[in-house]
Amino acid sequence: MTFAADRPLQLDSGAAIAPLTVAYQTYGTLNAAKSNAVLVCHALTGDQHVANVHPVTGKPGWWGAMVGPGRPIDTDRFFVICSNVVGGCMGTTGPASVDPASGRAYGLDLPVITIPDMVRAQAMLVDALGIDTLFCVIGGSMGGMQVLQWAAVYPERVFSAVPIATAARHSSQNIAFHEVGRQAVMADPDWRGGRYLDADTRPEKGLGVARMAAHVTYLSDQALHAKFGRRLQDRAAPTFTFDADFQVESYLRYQGRSFVERFDANSYLYMTRAMDYFDLAADHGGRLADAFRGTRTRFCVASFTSDWLFPTSESRAVVHALNAGGASVSFVEIETDKGHDAFLLDVPDLITTSRGFIAAAARARGLDAPAGEPAP
Amino acid sequence: MSPPRLSGLDPTVERRPTRREDARNDLRLVAEMVEHGSRVLDLGCGDGSLLSLLADTRGVDARGLELSQGGVNLCVARGLPVIQGDADTDLATYPDDAFDYVILSQTLQAVRRPRDVLENMLRIGRRAIVSFPNFAHWRVRLELGLRGRMPVTETLPISWHETPNIHFCSIRDFLDLADEIGATIERGLVLDRRGRVMKDGAPARWNLFGEQAVFLLKR
Repeated sequence: MTFAADRPLQLDSGAAIAPLTVAYQTYGTLNAAKSNAVLVCHALTGDQHVANVHPVTGKPGWWGAMVGPGRPIDTDRFFVICSNVVGGCMGTTGPASVDPASGRAYGLDLPVITIPDMVRAQAMLVDALGIDTLFCVIGGSMGGMQVLQWAAVYPERVFSAVPIATAARHSSQNIAFHEVGRQAVMADPDWRGGRYLDADTRPEKGLGVARMAAHVTYLSDQALHAKFGRRLQDRAAPTFTFDADFQVESYLRYQGRSFVERFDANSYLYMTRAMDYFDLAADHGGRLADAFRGTRTRFCVASFTSDWLFPTSESRAVVHALNAGGASVSFVEIETDKGHDAFLLDVPDLITTSRGFIAAAARARGLDAPAGEPAP
Repeated sequence: MSPPRLSGLDPTVERRPTRREDARNDLRLVAEMVEHGSRVLDLGCGDGSLLSLLADTRGVDARGLELSQGGVNLCVARGLPVIQGDADTDLATYPDDAFDYVILSQTLQAVRRPRDVLENMLRIGRRAIVSFPNFAHWRVRLELGLRGRMPVTETLPISWHETPNIHFCSIRDFLDLADEIGATIERGLVLDRRGRVMKDGAPARWNLFGEQAVFLLKR
């Protein structure tokens, strides 16, 4: 969906984007009352293809465990929307889009994007779809930040919110990891000051290294050990070279290679920056509780025991703020060794909790239960 | 008449009744102490039996705190707003006067710092409701006094080395603690072995024949 040039997206930086294009997918059917819409917010390297085969990679949607027929976000029951965030690289206006001012790709001429900017663009889309109140806004990691932002700035438009494995602000350690990734991209000579598309090159080495480093932070020591240990890759003994002797090295290199095929390097810079800047309390006078004061949204917050990128303490801070603001909030810390990535996986406790929360919220919203679901 | 199921001595969720008709007598008594339409926090809410009872019968805005993942999952699935957490450590983060009632049902004996928990309850809530097993009940005294063993009875079914209950007290002990922290007892109900509310009597009689006690406290 492209918004006319006279409907620009106003950005936190003071700049504006016009015309704005928002690429999105929907699943299921919007009911007559327009009360069954669920907005799914994707994470750093995600996109709108939440529950369909990805057009570039040919892989299944990134949240098949959560979204689909009979899943907690049941596409037979809810109208599910997922849009590519502003600054992304899957069709929504981003650094690889054409800058109307110059006729070539924006590159770094695209203003810096923030999480509130992403949410503002999503609200424009939701408006355009004729939906006033979203039944649920859900997402993990950077998607969870968007969920918190939605609940803070549009409380009356969010009936229920499920922020998973996220934080109300990006920690110093996480900003540090992002900076490592950005420096890896910018150190690649093929990055060319962000003008690589004009030169028809791509900083694949730099982006690949950024992805490799980031990927480690999405896992956990136990998960890596269980998956790879110190096992060697297709060889009986170390080669005494810097070849990928270990399985874990081979795995990371594969992760780096496959990532660059589907992701734009500049977009990676913008996405990581948006997360770095996120600090919901700072936007509300330094008190996170004030971001949610008086809210009537029902929250379900979830974290994972082995997630050291967005540890449980971050989710607890959100829960404490919600409590202080008098919000209706549920919170679970889910036991798993899968690390931060657990939110994307079929972790039974996450699925059970989400299913229960969403079903109960649907009853409270007066949405009919699908045939065959037992009454509570 | 068979004795009521007093499984609440074990705060793990598995022993909690799950259906409303199973609601323990002390849960009903607790619920009856709560005014309609009030805001309630239940500490150690298990599978949410009391919260459901309160929401259904008293129309309250009911919230819970529960340690076990299994309990939280059951509550969330019932649509109850429940936070996974620990009464010993997490109450400090709640603001003053956030609730009309803070309830500690059959959990007092399992917390590490009962006094701190009770004080926090009366800070967060205008009133506190506490139900607990009376460790001075004659059956307990008999076990300890005559047999010389830590009691393992219907109401204290777990052996001393397995039990999560670490701070048993008698009705008298509890009244002393309430006095120490400056709380006023607004109501007190004591249940006998059969789960019947005992008539008013001397505290010594309550302390000997009461198996369960429920107290409504005010700052």
